[in-house]
Amino acid sequence: MSAQFVTELTILMLAIFLGFEVISKVPTLLHTPLMSGTNAIHGIVIVGAIIVTGAHHPGLFMKIVCFVAIVLATANVVGGFVVTDRMLEMFKKRRDEP
Amino acid sequence: MSQNTANLLYLIPMAAFILALHFLSSPRHARLGNQIGAIGMLVAIIVTLLKEEVVTGWWIMLAGGIVGTVIGVVGARTVKMTAMPQMVALFNGVGGGAAALISVVEFHGVWANVGEVGVERGVATVFSALIGSISFAGSMVAFGKLQELISGRPITYPGTQFVNAAVFVGAIGVGTWAMVDVRFWALVAMVGLAALFGVLFVLPIGGADMPVVISLLNAFTGLAAAATGFVLHSNILIVSGALVGASGTLLTMLMGRAMNRSIANVLFGAFGKVVAGPAMAASGADGASVRSTTADDVAVMLAYAQRVVVVPGYGLAVAQAQHEVRQLAELLEAKGIDVKYAIHPVAGRMPGHMNVLLAEANVPYDQLKEMDEINPDFPRTDVALVIGANDVTNPAARNNPGSPIYGMPILNVDQAQQVIVLKRSMRPGFAGIDNELYTEPKTAMLFGDAKESVQNLIQAVKSV
Repeated sequence: MSAQFVTELTILMLAIFLGFEVISKVPTLLHTPLMSGTNAIHGIVIVGAIIVTGAHHPGLFMKIVCFVAIVLATANVVGGFVVTDRMLEMFKKRRDEP
Repeated sequence: MSQNTANLLYLIPMAAFILALHFLSSPRHARLGNQIGAIGMLVAIIVTLLKEEVVTGWWIMLAGGIVGTVIGVVGARTVKMTAMPQMVALFNGVGGGAAALISVVEFHGVWANVGEVGVERGVATVFSALIGSISFAGSMVAFGKLQELISGRPITYPGTQFVNAAVFVGAIGVGTWAMVDVRFWALVAMVGLAALFGVLFVLPIGGADMPVVISLLNAFTGLAAAATGFVLHSNILIVSGALVGASGTLLTMLMGRAMNRSIANVLFGAFGKVVAGPAMAASGADGASVRSTTADDVAVMLAYAQRVVVVPGYGLAVAQAQHEVRQLAELLEAKGIDVKYAIHPVAGRMPGHMNVLLAEANVPYDQLKEMDEINPDFPRTDVALVIGANDVTNPAARNNPGSPIYGMPILNVDQAQQVIVLKRSMRPGFAGIDNELYTEPKTAMLFGDAKESVQNLIQAVKSV
């Protein structure tokens, strides 16, 4: 097993524990924005889409697959953040507390 | 930009995503957090574009970026808040699909030419393509069910579980072959089988269980993204994917607990089948009598109450009565009455959905109370106003061990002094069982469309 793989596994494990820790603090009030927000975060696959598109790939078929991957990942990122923002904008505290 | 510099700069988006989730702990900072996350994503994209290995494909990226942005913005800006679960399912699916495609391209580009697959990256590639594809297809079916393009009822046939298991094992087998023997088309076949499995896996699950399915698929896409990180040796993908995977897993567990069912039961039990049973649905509230009331009577009751708790369910959202309910609440508050909303964790179509719908109707979030917070208050509540909620108020969950929902945490509405239930008819809820609450002496039913009923209540309260 390569050293790099072990390092990556370590990062994975720590990130999972961190994720549980941070997310368990999110109130049920915000669970829908949490879902769409994490949705936007997994849009990070756009990084992967850019990397595979940017490397040399002969053939039209692979170019089409790359194009589709870019479209899907971009829609994921943009849609995810925009819709989360739209939701969070609506959460307001009582305006004039007596 | 070298790999090392890029990895250094990727620390910015990593921190941004963690902060984004951290800020979601309070509605006050949540929006700021989301914006920080978006900036982090922008940094990640720019850094990636500047990486030394990214040398070509600019037109593909530009065109794909524009098309994706248009889809994303139009979808996100036009979606109705009631349709949010579909939207989340859709964005979740496209993310999973992208992860699967990335693995396919990487497999083709590197290994089909080099002819060698390391075990570590090989497993990661197959895993990412498998889970990403399941998530994509499963999310699309969930979308179809929620959008009512396909029946929300569980679609089952004899041997469902056997067929599903066979397809899944087949996908793993073909995937292993692709990895060991470096067969590109075997990997493509596996992606196809995985997609088929995603469809077959979600079809037998009822519409009412979609909150669990969506959060589970959310976790899947996160894990697919993390696996893609192993394929491409990208820490940012691993960390982001792990955060999402953890979030999805946690929410899935919370949903299961709120319904008092194991995740396995939700996924493989086809529980919603009970809904389809005509005998159950037709039985109604036989024997016990139900007391019907009028808007004027309820208005008097409300006007002379001190504490009122509104219990909204999805029926309220279907009737689009959120704004009317808020008006009624404001009217009562103007009379010095304390009004709160009791939100059950599974109210709505996804975790926390009801809060979003009420926030959209300008209900201040400090009035929205979680189940554990509001339950001790019910005995001191003068009037509980149940609007379009059913199973989550059924006392059978507490005191009838024979009931299918026994043990499910509920809102203790029956402990309030008076209970008013706004309901269209005596039809049972998702679980297909009678609600004992309706036949209690302290309960009165106000039949009719929720929106009309609340409008009548507003008029009646004004004239009290």
